[in-house]
Amino acid sequence: MYDVVRNRGLRKLREYAAQCLIYTAVLLISAVFIWLLIDLLRGGLSHLSWEFITELPRDAGRAGGIASILVSTLLILLVAVLTAVPVAWMTAVLLAEFVATGSWFGKAVRFSLHVLAGVPSIVFGLFGNAFFCVYLELGFSILSGGLTLACMLLPILTSTAEAGLRAVPHVYRLAASALGLSRAAALLHLILPAAAPVMAAGLLLGIGRALAETAALLFTSGYAERMPDSLLDSGRALALHIFDLSMNVPGGDEPAYASALVLVSLLLGINILAMKFAYGLQRSKLMS
Amino acid sequence: MNIEQEVGKCDPFTLGPLEAGPACCDPLPVIQVKDLSLRYNGKPALEKVSLDIYEGCITALIGPSGCGKTSLLSAINRLTDLIPGCSVNGRILMQGRNIYDRDENVQALRRQVGMVFQKPTPFPLSIRRNLSLSLHEHGITRKTEVADISEQALRDVGLWDEVCDRMDSAALNLSGGQQQRLCIARALALQPQILLMDEPCSALDPIASGVVEDLICRLRGRYTVVIVTHNLAQARRIANYAAFFWVSGHAGQLIEFGRCQKIFESPRHELTAAYVNGVRG
Repeated sequence: MYDVVRNRGLRKLREYAAQCLIYTAVLLISAVFIWLLIDLLRGGLSHLSWEFITELPRDAGRAGGIASILVSTLLILLVAVLTAVPVAWMTAVLLAEFVATGSWFGKAVRFSLHVLAGVPSIVFGLFGNAFFCVYLELGFSILSGGLTLACMLLPILTSTAEAGLRAVPHVYRLAASALGLSRAAALLHLILPAAAPVMAAGLLLGIGRALAETAALLFTSGYAERMPDSLLDSGRALALHIFDLSMNVPGGDEPAYASALVLVSLLLGINILAMKFAYGLQRSKLMS
Repeated sequence: MNIEQEVGKCDPFTLGPLEAGPACCDPLPVIQVKDLSLRYNGKPALEKVSLDIYEGCITALIGPSGCGKTSLLSAINRLTDLIPGCSVNGRILMQGRNIYDRDENVQALRRQVGMVFQKPTPFPLSIRRNLSLSLHEHGITRKTEVADISEQALRDVGLWDEVCDRMDSAALNLSGGQQQRLCIARALALQPQILLMDEPCSALDPIASGVVEDLICRLRGRYTVVIVTHNLAQARRIANYAAFFWVSGHAGQLIEFGRCQKIFESPRHELTAAYVNGVRG
């Protein structure tokens, strides 16, 4: 009898300790994020203004704004997304719909994507520099940077899209076939629309990743801070601007903070959008 | 109770009286299954099944779970092609031609042979689009024609009055029974000869199940229906013919096939007798 009571007490204590540990971990994680945000706000908010967004940088970025940097960042992103998305999504359709699950080919493609996902971004930078800048003679340009980023985006875009396609219930495929629909029609009218929210969420996560990229762009898109005239001009990405201001420009701390604040707000917005898409999908699944 | 009386009981919809269709008592085989064996990854699921499906009649496939009823059903419209590792041996003749021939047009075959699944499978689209998608695919694209066919199909399943004012709302918002009737309407819209039904009532509540059952009753004569059911009372109520399957060894086998009444009242095989009387299975 006594044993049972003591055991129960012990068990309760253990449960309590486990709960405490879990809550501490959660708190720590949130604390890191909140601390970062507060730090950014404290350092950058005073410098942030409408002019900061719309003016060109002056005096190596110490004064002026980040208009040209934002334009370069956007152009790099655009190149990256426009090249990576068709390749990645077509690969995902092939892997999810047309290749048998355990096949040699599918495994090989997935393995190479996993390896690609694990390659450090600085290596992508070196590869991009050697291949796009030097071998293809694109030089330090927005095009080189965007194409390098596209290589980095391939794994994340492909794997999210494949997961989204696989999450579409198999009965839709069966029901579509039973009605005599061709595979292409079923894919176009049923499966892709059903997988679209997950694919969009993956795209947004990929954009977030690309937005924050520094190392891969250091060697490819360069860091000219003027307004780019074409895709073959060098252009400085936002993350690179922050790096340059804080490391190479004495007295650049305040604009660096303000730029970081802009970057983090963009990332936050993109992640919230991605979550919304994923949530929308979950809800529509619950309905079915 | 004979068939005419039974059908006369449930005919408020447009399918019309049974007399319009071919008589059920004149057995004309529309599908002939010959020595069909079916394997999943080499493991036999059905062994040497031979039976005839008669035109205009309802044939019920009964038997315990895992005896290959659903496998046989999906072999008839070659949905087995979509199941990885599934191989089919033997022949299924439809109007004299083997549907497993190399040059068989599977899309055309599936238009002829509609299928309704156990769980309702409406597409996550509007009600209208659920019906028009397959019509478009089969080359019926004129708006008025599509609308007419859709309306007729919905009337046939008794769903028109319930959904005519919300054709553009999501099909997934319908109730389970309505969803299942929409799926039947979707199959009927293609004007198939044969309708395969895989336990169409088992995922529905008793009232919705009754509505669907009445609907299946009304299909008799106009369509050839093959229905898998675990509900023996239902099989007895609606079927003209019944095929009893049982697992012997590791594969499903056809034990007995014949007129429904005979299977239930004077079965030849003792396994059938034990199963229909609820002693085994």
